[in-house]
Amino acid sequence: MELLFEKSVPGRHCFILPKCDVPRTGMPAEFKRAIPLDLPEMSETDVSRHYTELCHNAFGVNCGFYPLGSCTMKYNPRINEEIAAMPEFTCIHPLQPSETVRGCRLVIDKAEKYLCEITGTDAMTFQPAAGAHGEFTGLLLIKAYHLSRNDTKRKKIIIPDSAHGTNPASASMAGFQTVSVPSGKDGCVDIEKLSEVLGDDTAGLMLTNPNTLGLFDKNILKITKMVHDSGGLTYYDGANLNAIMGVVRPGDMGFDVVHLNLHKTFSTPHGGGGPGSGPVGCKAFLREFLPKCTYTEGGNGLQVKSFYGNFLVVVKALAYILTLGAEGIREAASTAVLNANYLMSRISETYEMPYRHTCMHEFVTSLESLKKETGVSALDVAKSLIDWGMHPPTMYFPLIVHEALMFEPTETESKQTLDKAADILIKLYKEAHENPSKMKEAPTKAYIRRPDEVRAARSPILRYDHGK
Amino acid sequence: MPDSTKNLPQRVIKLGSYIPSTKAERGEMLSAIGLSDINGLYADVPDSAMFKGLLDLPEGLSELEVRRKMTEIAKQNRVFSTILRGAGSYDHYIPSIVKFITSKEEFVTAYTPYQAELSQGILQSIFEYQTMICSLTGMDVSNASVYDGATAAAEAAAMCVNAKRRTVLISDTAHPDTISVVKTYCFGTDTDVIIIPGKDGKTDISALESMLTETSAAVYIQQPNFFGLIEDAARIGEIAHSSGAKFIMGCNPISLSIMKTPAECGADVAVGEGQPLGIPMSYGGPYLGFMAAEKSMMRHLPGRIVGETVDSDGNRAFVLTLQAREQHIRREKASSNICSNQALCAFTAAVYMSVMGPDGIREAAEQSMSKAHYFAESLCKIKGISMANSGCYFNEFLTKTETDPALILKKLEEAGILGGLPLKDGILWCVTEKVEREKLDEAVDIVREVCK
Repeated sequence: MELLFEKSVPGRHCFILPKCDVPRTGMPAEFKRAIPLDLPEMSETDVSRHYTELCHNAFGVNCGFYPLGSCTMKYNPRINEEIAAMPEFTCIHPLQPSETVRGCRLVIDKAEKYLCEITGTDAMTFQPAAGAHGEFTGLLLIKAYHLSRNDTKRKKIIIPDSAHGTNPASASMAGFQTVSVPSGKDGCVDIEKLSEVLGDDTAGLMLTNPNTLGLFDKNILKITKMVHDSGGLTYYDGANLNAIMGVVRPGDMGFDVVHLNLHKTFSTPHGGGGPGSGPVGCKAFLREFLPKCTYTEGGNGLQVKSFYGNFLVVVKALAYILTLGAEGIREAASTAVLNANYLMSRISETYEMPYRHTCMHEFVTSLESLKKETGVSALDVAKSLIDWGMHPPTMYFPLIVHEALMFEPTETESKQTLDKAADILIKLYKEAHENPSKMKEAPTKAYIRRPDEVRAARSPILRYDHGK
Repeated sequence: MPDSTKNLPQRVIKLGSYIPSTKAERGEMLSAIGLSDINGLYADVPDSAMFKGLLDLPEGLSELEVRRKMTEIAKQNRVFSTILRGAGSYDHYIPSIVKFITSKEEFVTAYTPYQAELSQGILQSIFEYQTMICSLTGMDVSNASVYDGATAAAEAAAMCVNAKRRTVLISDTAHPDTISVVKTYCFGTDTDVIIIPGKDGKTDISALESMLTETSAAVYIQQPNFFGLIEDAARIGEIAHSSGAKFIMGCNPISLSIMKTPAECGADVAVGEGQPLGIPMSYGGPYLGFMAAEKSMMRHLPGRIVGETVDSDGNRAFVLTLQAREQHIRREKASSNICSNQALCAFTAAVYMSVMGPDGIREAAEQSMSKAHYFAESLCKIKGISMANSGCYFNEFLTKTETDPALILKKLEEAGILGGLPLKDGILWCVTEKVEREKLDEAVDIVREVCK
C-alpha cells in the first residue's frame, strides 16, 4: 500500500475552514517556524480511500475469531459506541462549572458504585488510562500507605514468575525492587517459596488470579493472609477478572488494591492498542491515597493523568454493565470459562496441555514436543492460523511454558466458532507432521509474508523520509 | 384475561450478555467436558471466598432501555454553543470525515498489532502518524503515543534521568496537571522535582540559571505556556544544555504549524497533548500524548514504535520494533511499563492532519491566534479589564478584571457561552477558529454590560 505522503500532490487540499473574519495577526518573526511542514496534501476522496484501503488490511473482533490470550477480545457492543459519541458527552469541557457536568459525574459515580460491588472494594479512581497505568497507580497507593506510617524499609514487591511483564515494570516505576517467586508444579504460587521471601521489607504482592496459565489459585486466602501477616499489602491484577465476575470478588480473596481493564472485561474496544481504562479500586483504609485531579479536586497531590481519566471509555463500560445486570455479569464469566474449557477439551487429545486441570477463561498449550518431532514451532502454527481467517492466540507467553500458545475464546463466541477453531487446530497439527515446510511458509494469504523483524530493529526506519 | 396474564414471565426475551450459545448448546458443552453443573467450573474457588447470591447491581436491560437511561444521564450535562475556555482542552473544529474514518470497525475493534501480517493497515497508519509528528515537531523519531500530554511529560523526564543526574526542573508556568503528574511519576522513582518560578507569566530565566547543577537531568517548559504566553524556548534550551541537562518542550500541536519547532529550539524531547488534533474534549479523555525525540535518545523512548522493513518476498512491510526497550521483554528493566496506549486517538490525529494538510492546520492556527488577539483587544477596551501580562501569546491570554470574574462568567453562561477559566489572578481565555466574530462581539458586549 502506498503511504499518504506518496499520494500527496502539492496544492491539493480539502475544503474545511471558512475565510478569517477578523484582522489577521501573524506569528512574530522571532517565534516563527522556519522549517517546512511536510504533511500530506490530499483531497477528501484521497483521504477516504486511503483509510478504506488500510482498514481492509486490519483485523478486529468483528472480522473473525480473536482468541488472543490475556486480552479478552470479546464483542464490542455498538450501542456503547453510539452512546459515548453523544455530543452531551463529547462536547463537554473538563473544566466546565460543576452544575453543568452533572451527567458526567453521574457516569463516574455509578461506574464506581457498580465496579466496587463487582470487585469487593470500597473506593475507586478512574484516572489510570490502561492496565499498566492502573498497576503503577495501585503500587503508588501501597508506597504512600507505608510511607504514611513511616514504614520506610518496605522496598520489595513480590511477583510470580508467570506474571505479565507490566507487573515488574510497574514495580520499578514505583521505586520498588521486584522479587520473583517461582510457580509450583501445579502452576500456582509455591507457598514455601513465598514464605521464604516474605519479611519486614515486603511492601506487597502483585497477583493475577486466575493466573496467566488460566488457573485459579486455590490457596488464595492463605496467600493473601501470609502477605498481610508480614505487614505487606496485596495487589490484584485485574487482567483476568472476566473469568470470575459475580463468582468471587478480589476484595473477598483478601486483596487491598485492584485494577481493572475496562477494555478487556467490560467490553470497550481496544482501538488497535488503546485507549483503554484501568480504574483502581481499594479498601477503605487506602481511600485517602487515591489520585485526584489536584487542580480541580484537591487531594493529596497524587495524580497520574490530566483531568479524570479516559472518560468516554468509562461511559461505554457503564452502558455494558447496565445491559448485563447482576445475572448477566455472572453469566458472562461462567460462559467465558465454559468456552475455554470446551475448546481446551476439543484439542487436548492432540495438543500437549502442560497443566491438565479445569481452566478458567483461558488455557495454555505447549508445542515443545511438536517442535522436537516436526520442527514446527508455536510461531508456525500461529502464522498458519492467519491463512484460515483466524487471529492467532498469544504466543510465547507465559514465559514459564516453552513454545506456548495461549487461547482465550471469551463468552461472546458461539459453539460453532469454537468447533471450527478446534478443527483447524487439529488439521494444522496433522499438517505439521505431513508437510512441515508449508507451515514454515505461512501465512501466504495475508497482505504480506513474514516480515524481517531483525532488519527492522537493526537499521530502524521509523518515519517516511519525504523522498530525501 | 386479566388472571391469565399474571402468570406470564416478566420478560419474554432473555436480556443481554452478548452470549450467542443457547442453553441447550451450553448443556452439550458442559457434558463434553464431563460436568453436569456450570458451578463445577469453579471447584478451585475456596467456598469461604465464594460470592453467595447476586451482586447488588440493577437488573439487566435491553438495548433500547440502556439507550434511554444513558441519554437521560447525558442530558444532565450542558453543552455550550460557544467555548472560550482552553487550559488543556481545546474546542477546535473536527472535520466530518474524521469521525467516519475513525469509526471503522477494523480499526476500532483490533488489539495492538502484534501479528504484523494481519495488521498492515494499522501498522502503516501508526508509521504515518509517527512521520507526521516528526514533521510537526521537527524531531527525528516519534513513538506511537502515550496516555496524554501530562504523562508524556513525565515519561520524557524519566528518559533524561540517570544515576548521576536525578533532578527534574519544571516551570511553574506549565499546566498544573502536568506539574502534578510529573511530580507523581518522580515520587515513584524517587527523583527530585524542582519548580522553576514564573515571572510576569513566563519562566523566570535568571532563576533557572541559578538553579541548574551537575545533578540536573532535564528542564521542562510548556510552549505556549499555561497562561498562553510564548516562552523564549531557544534561550531556555541553551541554558539547560550549558549545564549538561536535557531540554524537554511540551507543545500545542496546532501552534507548531506556525511556531518555531522544538527542533529549532534545541529540544532533546518534544511532547504534548495531541487533543487539539481532531479529538473531542470529552470531559478530559481519551486524549493523546505525543512524544518525539532527537535520534540519540531513540532507544530511551517508551512504548510502541513502528518501523519499516521487508517481508520474505522483499515487499515493504511494517512491524512493531525496538521491542528490547519494552516491558514484555525487559520486565523490571524496561524503559517504561506502558503497554496499551492511545492508538485510536493517535489514528484520529493522523486522519485529522491528512484532512487538514499543511495549509489547513496553519489556517486553523492563524485563525485561532487572530481571533484571540481580536477578542483580547476588544475586551481590553472595556474599562476595568486589562491584560495580566505583556508578552506575545498564541490563542490564550489572561485578563485582570476589576469586576468579580464569577459575575462575568455567569452572565456569559446565561447566553450559552462558556467563558474563560477563572484563575486567582484573573480569567484565562481561549479562542479557536470555531468561534465566529459575531459571537466574540456578543461576548464582549455581555462583559461590557457586567463591568458597567
